[in-house]
Amino acid sequence: MTVNSITAEAGVADPAPAAVPARPLPKRVAAWVTGHIGLLPFLAYTGVFLGAPVFMVVLGAFQDNDGVFTTENITAAMSDQFGRSFVTSIELSALTAVLGAVFGAILAQAVLGTKPDGLVRKVVSSASGVLANFGGVPLAFAFIATLGSIGIVTKALTALGFDIYAGGFSLFAFTGIAIVYVYFQIPLMVIVFTPSLEGMRDQWREAAENLGATKWQYWRHIAGPVLLPPFMASLLLLFANSFSAYATAYALTTGVVPLVPIQIGSLVSGNVVADQQNLGKALGLGMIVVVAIVMSIYNWMQRRTSRWLG
Amino acid sequence: MSAPSTKGRTVRRWLILTLFGVYFLVPMLASVEFSLRDVNDTHSLVSWKKLLDEPGLFETLTTSLWVAFGTVALTLILMVPTVSWVHLRRPKLRKLVEGISLLPLVIPPIVLVNGVLVVFRDVPEVISGTPVILVLEYVILALPFTYRALDAGLTAIALPTLVEAARSLGASWPAVLLRVVVPNIRSAVFGAAFLNLALVMGEYTLASILLMDTFPVWTVSTGQSEAGVSVAVSLLSLLVVFLLLFVLSMVTGRRHREVTAPIAPTPSRGHS
Repeated sequence: MTVNSITAEAGVADPAPAAVPARPLPKRVAAWVTGHIGLLPFLAYTGVFLGAPVFMVVLGAFQDNDGVFTTENITAAMSDQFGRSFVTSIELSALTAVLGAVFGAILAQAVLGTKPDGLVRKVVSSASGVLANFGGVPLAFAFIATLGSIGIVTKALTALGFDIYAGGFSLFAFTGIAIVYVYFQIPLMVIVFTPSLEGMRDQWREAAENLGATKWQYWRHIAGPVLLPPFMASLLLLFANSFSAYATAYALTTGVVPLVPIQIGSLVSGNVVADQQNLGKALGLGMIVVVAIVMSIYNWMQRRTSRWLG
Repeated sequence: MSAPSTKGRTVRRWLILTLFGVYFLVPMLASVEFSLRDVNDTHSLVSWKKLLDEPGLFETLTTSLWVAFGTVALTLILMVPTVSWVHLRRPKLRKLVEGISLLPLVIPPIVLVNGVLVVFRDVPEVISGTPVILVLEYVILALPFTYRALDAGLTAIALPTLVEAARSLGASWPAVLLRVVVPNIRSAVFGAAFLNLALVMGEYTLASILLMDTFPVWTVSTGQSEAGVSVAVSLLSLLVVFLLLFVLSMVTGRRHREVTAPIAPTPSRGHS
């Protein structure tokens, strides 16, 4: 309610002149505040609950236990043990992002061919929303029931003569985690890529066909180039998604596979020597840097996308 | 196009859909089977019965529902006025608000919680030692969806006209927000609220590191001793959330058709 009334006052008090003549600084500050007053609750909230924690992580990454500046944490975060977990995390994310993006795009295209108000569409869109946003922990258990050492698929395969666990497979290692991740990456791809596919105009295909283009030429010269930026952008989003994921891997492995989020989790939960208090923050900073690089490429791709598919 | 190729395309499409359907259903069916297992390769409802006696189920579920309710309420109180104000008064600031709202996509939850532990170490126990802190941080985690849903909803309506009409008829600003803006973006508000709910009911990272006994935390800890019960609970929660979302898509789908139908009839996809 208070937020509402603050916003309301701003609306009334706002002079909103088109051209403001040059004024002294204090007045300009005051004018900025009244001009942005509807934004203040939002800025204050995100500042306290998002800005401050992130700032403390970045600051802590460069401090030792007594708050003295040091680069030791950063060095340790890039050392052998933790450097390898960054590599594992990036490999897992890249693999599941590519698989999720390819299969998700195929599924999205197939679903678009069905009736716009049909049952298939509604089921797929609802299921995608659930699996992509809610999945983590429940999915881990669903896969324990499926491919765990006594899961039904494992037992069926053993009965058929393929003992996958004897063959070196484990749900609780890299391959197993990758299989579970793909299961929530495909639905996320369907959610983020479907709008781009919907933006493809039937007229483009008709025009190409009228001009005598083959199907291959249509995909090579029209659909492919138009869809490539949104496809890559979605792929990057999937990468960031699995790079940040913690719950699924934790529920499956209780921390055995060395992924960066798992390492940070165990550092925070105090399963380590006390002189490494801020090492988790240095690893966190590393994660932010990786995701930030990926997301800025994503943004750039998105801008190219909106040129055609708005 | 000629009939055979259209037919071939339809067959291929349904083949793809069936394959994906099987892929996504197998783990669900496996969960059903797993949750029905009893000793010595027999099946019974024993896990489902145990579920009701398991200590903590109802307590943690209640906690999670309260957190979900608080998150949805706080998110809407914060974001509906903010996004409306930006749309109405300062369209140029949209980029700024969007940028900040999408930031949580760049900050992995496990990193955010690391900072939360430091920042809120010294605040009163009421905030940091209870699920209140989860509500406050889940609003942040939900910002990207919330912003997109509300922004899309407000872009789709003639906001300035509606607000001017209401104001010139003497409505106060709170009345404009509650009785003009919100009803017009009802489906966006529902969508945002629902995604918040799904996020809160499934969130594990923050809750477990902050040592809160929420439903997902309970599921994982129970799973370590009673796998059958955890599988049953997981299956149940997936189904409940799926049904909620499905009902929501039915409701909003119908509304969408009502609005668009008279203006622009949907161009037929199967052009000959």
